[in-house]
Amino acid sequence: MTKKLQDLFKEELNVINIGLESFAENLKDEGYNAVQVDWKPAAGGDKEMAGLLDDIENISDRIAAANEKAVEKIQKSEPIVIDVQTAKDALPDFSDKMILHAAPPEKWEDMSGPMQGAAIGACIYEGWAENEKEARKMLDDGQVTFDAAHHHNAVGPMTGIVSPSMPVWVIENKTYGNKAFTTLNEGLGKVLRFGANGPDVIKKLKWMEKSLAPALREALSKTDGINLKNITSQALHMGDEVHNRNKAATALFIREITPFLLETDHSNKEIKEIIKFMAGNEHFYLNLSMPASKATMDAAHGIEYSTVLTAMARNGVRFGIRISGLGDEWFVGEAQIVDGLYFPGYTEEDACPDLGDSTISETAAVGGFAMAAAPAIVGFVGGTVADSIRFTKDMYEITVDENDNFTIPPLNFRGTPTGIDLLKIIETGILPAINTGIAHKEPGIGQIGAGLVDPPEECFKSAIRAFAQKYIK
Amino acid sequence: MAKKALVKEGTYFDSVSLMSISKDIKAMDGINEATIVMGTDANKEILKTANLLLPEAETAKPNDLVIVIDGKEEVLDKTIDETNQMLADKKASSDEEKEYNPGSLDGALDLQPDSNLVIISVPGEYAAREAKKALKRGLHVMLFSDNVPVEDEIELKKMAVEKNLLLMGPDCGTAIVNGAPLAFANVVSRGPVGIVAASGTGAQAVSSLVDRQGVGLTQVIGTGGRDLKSKVKGIEMIKDMKALDNDEETEIIVLVSKPPAKEVSKKIMDEVKKLKKPVIVNFLGGDPAVVKGTDAIWADTLEDAALKAAAFIKGEDEVSSASLKDEEIAEIAEEETKKMASPQKYLRGLYTGGTLCSEAVILLTEENGDIYSNTPLKDDFALKEDLKSIKNTVIDLGEDEFTKGKPHPMIEPSLRNERMAEEAEDEEVAVILLDVVLGYGSHMDPAGEAAKAIKKAKTKAADRGAYLSVIASVCGTEKDPQNLHVQEERLREVGAKVLPTNVQAVRVVNKILSDLN
Repeated sequence: MTKKLQDLFKEELNVINIGLESFAENLKDEGYNAVQVDWKPAAGGDKEMAGLLDDIENISDRIAAANEKAVEKIQKSEPIVIDVQTAKDALPDFSDKMILHAAPPEKWEDMSGPMQGAAIGACIYEGWAENEKEARKMLDDGQVTFDAAHHHNAVGPMTGIVSPSMPVWVIENKTYGNKAFTTLNEGLGKVLRFGANGPDVIKKLKWMEKSLAPALREALSKTDGINLKNITSQALHMGDEVHNRNKAATALFIREITPFLLETDHSNKEIKEIIKFMAGNEHFYLNLSMPASKATMDAAHGIEYSTVLTAMARNGVRFGIRISGLGDEWFVGEAQIVDGLYFPGYTEEDACPDLGDSTISETAAVGGFAMAAAPAIVGFVGGTVADSIRFTKDMYEITVDENDNFTIPPLNFRGTPTGIDLLKIIETGILPAINTGIAHKEPGIGQIGAGLVDPPEECFKSAIRAFAQKYIK
Repeated sequence: MAKKALVKEGTYFDSVSLMSISKDIKAMDGINEATIVMGTDANKEILKTANLLLPEAETAKPNDLVIVIDGKEEVLDKTIDETNQMLADKKASSDEEKEYNPGSLDGALDLQPDSNLVIISVPGEYAAREAKKALKRGLHVMLFSDNVPVEDEIELKKMAVEKNLLLMGPDCGTAIVNGAPLAFANVVSRGPVGIVAASGTGAQAVSSLVDRQGVGLTQVIGTGGRDLKSKVKGIEMIKDMKALDNDEETEIIVLVSKPPAKEVSKKIMDEVKKLKKPVIVNFLGGDPAVVKGTDAIWADTLEDAALKAAAFIKGEDEVSSASLKDEEIAEIAEEETKKMASPQKYLRGLYTGGTLCSEAVILLTEENGDIYSNTPLKDDFALKEDLKSIKNTVIDLGEDEFTKGKPHPMIEPSLRNERMAEEAEDEEVAVILLDVVLGYGSHMDPAGEAAKAIKKAKTKAADRGAYLSVIASVCGTEKDPQNLHVQEERLREVGAKVLPTNVQAVRVVNKILSDLN
């Protein structure tokens, strides 16, 4: 039965106040409920955007239904790590002499310093080149094909470089059957993912290929797969947000895998070395959390009319997003410099613009969106626990739902903000919260800090234009 | 440049806090590099690479805090002290969570899912969009914003009719819904009188007076000033009076407006005929004949509307009891007039409430002929561009020509105080007439502010051997945050004559003006 106007007169009055704050204060003084809105003009006063939003509003019911479907897939996804395989065997459409990198797709000559450095390292690692000079020449000559890892169901932190011989985690989305892949995390310091390519780096990668990967593979074969959704859920209650803090999740993973490692045919010495390697790298789990997010978000991709973001990724030059209802196109803008805290001896001038596929975390309701769960790293978001809570609360305004599995203790176990809605970003002007590591702009130096970064508004604006063009007649 | 190191044994801080403090120190004048780390081997290695591993730091243990500053010699000690202070502050800092204000309507709905009404007071060009969003989500709207295009108003109001929702406004300054004072509104008791008003101070005046008669109100619904104009056709008023007619608590409905467009007036009265409940119509300055053929009761003034509504509820026939008798009015007038000097003959009315001002202009014109104003009854009596008073003048200081770039005089009374000082310079001025509007939204001590200006104005007149009469009325209730009684006293203390209503105040002024002529 539809409500009649006079029904209001029997209800308790609960007011939302948009504008002059005193109106809300007055109501509270008189004992009424009032919520004040910190109002900004829609789309920051951008008339074109506000106009598009108004047009799109006409199909809001279909969009809402599509977004509900997308979020249902996110909620129901069950990413499990089942295997470690060689990239060329595991990834679809991965040919020889191909190197994958953090999205969006970029030409060799336009790549950021660290990404070029890592690509060079991959050429040496693969044995395609003896040294940097040779590698650079073959890359300049176009002998290597580049593509975004995302196009092969893979994601990678920072430069995100994947070459054919590298071992990758195989993650299966148990609910929907799709798979996702990520290389194994090398640790901090001079590492390929930050563009380092010296002999030590290659040596470590070879050890990972020859020793670490087979052992993990064998260990995993003795399991029914390890449920990453469960580990992430637990880690969120232990101070991780599994993007910039993976301490707890790494420890939980080691706890799961160790008994199976001990069951393998590998020597005690080898196993000790492997456990020490995992334990000495508090971001070891990042390379599991990322493909878990990727497997989740791929399931939510390709739903007609959905405005949910299914990927955000940066390659050090450009920042790109994908929208569930807009196919495989990347909508891009310029990658921004991270506003953050720097390790001793480094400043913003040394920083490479925002880099890596790791923002898949935020699209999958963890990372910056779960900031309130990770008080230990609040320094990156302004310094106080209150800041981290505000950070997460803001994200509820640009998401469709709250997560059923990932919950935040300081918010009374409220689910993390889930399913970033392109329309809400444009409407509110609130950009997705991303906390991320900072790479040095020169190859090979590695991580020099961490902090916050805003995605460029432009990528959301071009996505809205494309959406209107596709769906509004 | 020089370097200095300090090791604090057994002092632990997390690395993120330390990086944050390092960043602040590094930003200080004369500092080249500042590193604060725990003395782990890895950190000492970093210090070494950066050429900052001073001898005292070399022996630091993992649970020792190491501070190394590289900068101008003369600032090093001071900087070390400041670093210590920042570390101490960090330990002590406890951050209480501030109240979270969402950034959008949907965010607010998440926070308060059972919200049912939205007040919108954002700039006019954005207001319609917000109102539309609210209606779509099934929320009642009070649109306080002005400068909303009339086409948008019509669209919004039609949408609200379809959805059975309130769309009060645009430019709706006053409403009381379920007892809650919205925007500019007085605190009144709940009771059986329902008001639908196209004017803000009109609604405030009627609701306050009903309350002061010991009768309460169900709802005071504002429609916005344009609702009864020919373009909008009274969409909102018609819908709202029907809602009150169907509301079990409401026993009588009061309609308050300036005279509607002719065809709208007919439409409204046709609808009034269909209502089950008694209706009092106050179309200020309009033709009482509009109620002909209906059961509606005509009210000449805001006061009349309030008293008739209260009398109906109380079952009284006589409504004049609240009005002063002619003799009482004459007595007050005479008391004032006899103190005046010979050149004094004119009135200056200085209003903050628009409808109260209109009411005054109408009643003064009836008795004493034409009144100059910025909102005159006839164009011939409009003030000139300089807005200077001419002969008998009554002005509405809340109109755009006065408020451009300034707060409304109900919020910030200085605008009227300045004008009063000007008027007091004019030796032909005999009487100042003013309103004081209380309630939420208004200044917290409007009478007190007015009293300051009254005192000065009276002194100025006295200094030249004249007597400046000040006649005032206060619109509000005892329950208002400013308190009616307290406010009236403020005015009396400085020698103003305070009448219970605007109508009574105007009667006194009319008598003074007649006596002076």
